[in-house]
Amino acid sequence: MLKFSLDARRGSFHLEVECSFASDWTVIFGPSGAGKSTLLRLLAGLDRPNRGRIALDGSALTESSIGVYASPGHRRTALVAQQPALFPHLSVRANVAYGLHSLDRSGRASRVAEMLELVGATGLAGRNPQDLSGGEAQRVALARALAPGPRLLLLDEPFSALDGAASDALLERLQLWLKENQVQAVMATHDVTDALAMGAEVLLLREGRRTALGPAAQVLAAERQRLTVRLQGRSD
Amino acid sequence: MDWQAFALSLRLAAVTTAILLAIAVPLAALLVLGRGRWLAALEALATLPMVLPPTVLGFFLLVLLGPRTAVGRGITALLGHPLAFSFDGLVAGSVIYSLPFAVQPLVAGFASVPTALVDAARLLGAGPVRLVATVLVPLARRSLLAAVVLSFLHTVGEFGVVLMLGGDIPGATRTLSIVLYNQVENFDYAAAGRTAAILLGLSVLALAVIYSTSQNRGSLRGGRRA
Repeated sequence: MLKFSLDARRGSFHLEVECSFASDWTVIFGPSGAGKSTLLRLLAGLDRPNRGRIALDGSALTESSIGVYASPGHRRTALVAQQPALFPHLSVRANVAYGLHSLDRSGRASRVAEMLELVGATGLAGRNPQDLSGGEAQRVALARALAPGPRLLLLDEPFSALDGAASDALLERLQLWLKENQVQAVMATHDVTDALAMGAEVLLLREGRRTALGPAAQVLAAERQRLTVRLQGRSD
Repeated sequence: MDWQAFALSLRLAAVTTAILLAIAVPLAALLVLGRGRWLAALEALATLPMVLPPTVLGFFLLVLLGPRTAVGRGITALLGHPLAFSFDGLVAGSVIYSLPFAVQPLVAGFASVPTALVDAARLLGAGPVRLVATVLVPLARRSLLAAVVLSFLHTVGEFGVVLMLGGDIPGATRTLSIVLYNQVENFDYAAAGRTAAILLGLSVLALAVIYSTSQNRGSLRGGRRA
């Protein structure tokens, strides 16, 4: 279970959210600028909040009151962003193996093969990142993030370069794998269809504040009603 | 041609460049990746030798390393000889004098590596040493080459610090720049021309290496793909 209470200021933007995610797959839904990416970066430990705490399965990852800030590499947390950020000087195989330095050579090789197969990128192992399409690069970035065996997977609109069918197939395999390996996933999106399709639980975020948290259908129905009322108000 | 001075200049430049790399790579990484206001003061300190007149720097080092200070006496006791007017003293002075020429290209190179790649490495468990060795240095290799070449050439061509700190001792502190100065002072313009041509040739060769490398890696000029 992921629990957090965060207060972070970035210039004029102020994020203040308190939540507890119990579902295996939670979607953070909100318009651009709502604070989705900021929240994911805080959860990943890449940024520090002004104040707050983050706990995963009861272990404190961030606790500002006593100065605890687990480094990003020691949180068992993976983050896959919209831009794949593959290391351009390393092959696909070496990219996926980057987080596996504690394994021996054969252990790394088999884990890389397993991850590339999971994301449907087995044939790309010897290629360079510069030679990949956007969708292929996103698959490899996902394989690289999953390879070390995270406990929490954060996804920031990671499948934007994949077409609908490819994205659906990958997500189906991914969700099954996450369940088998007991990995909790949190995905940020501004696409309501993604939120409806994947979100057992949805956090609605607007201007840095939590406006709703609950089952996808319930939260998104309320949001649709709110938007309808707003549109009717404009047309009147 | 004073081949002894030529060899001494190359030796001084090689030793200085090696020491500078060992200092400048972690220092530049700290300046780019670190947090805190004190980093600005550290960067200013590392840049100071660039704007300080070489004779002033040489004078300060001469006093600091001489018998009048505790530092100088301590080093003399440790090494068994004073650093001033020795090859080791020239190395110490050269490292300080050329420090900005190694640090600045590396800072620029490391800073140009996309933050997303640094974040990715950190999320995958890379500590500072691994991050520098496997991401920053490989992606900033052209800046690393520039730092090596600039440090080397700057050391080969230095004059003020060498003269103040090392004097003119054949085989120990007489470098090509000192030889050139002596030749001009003796109105031996033909010999001075040959010495100057060698120093010029080294500079042109080094710049050719830097620019040919950048031409070969033209894709890096327009920014790195993340």
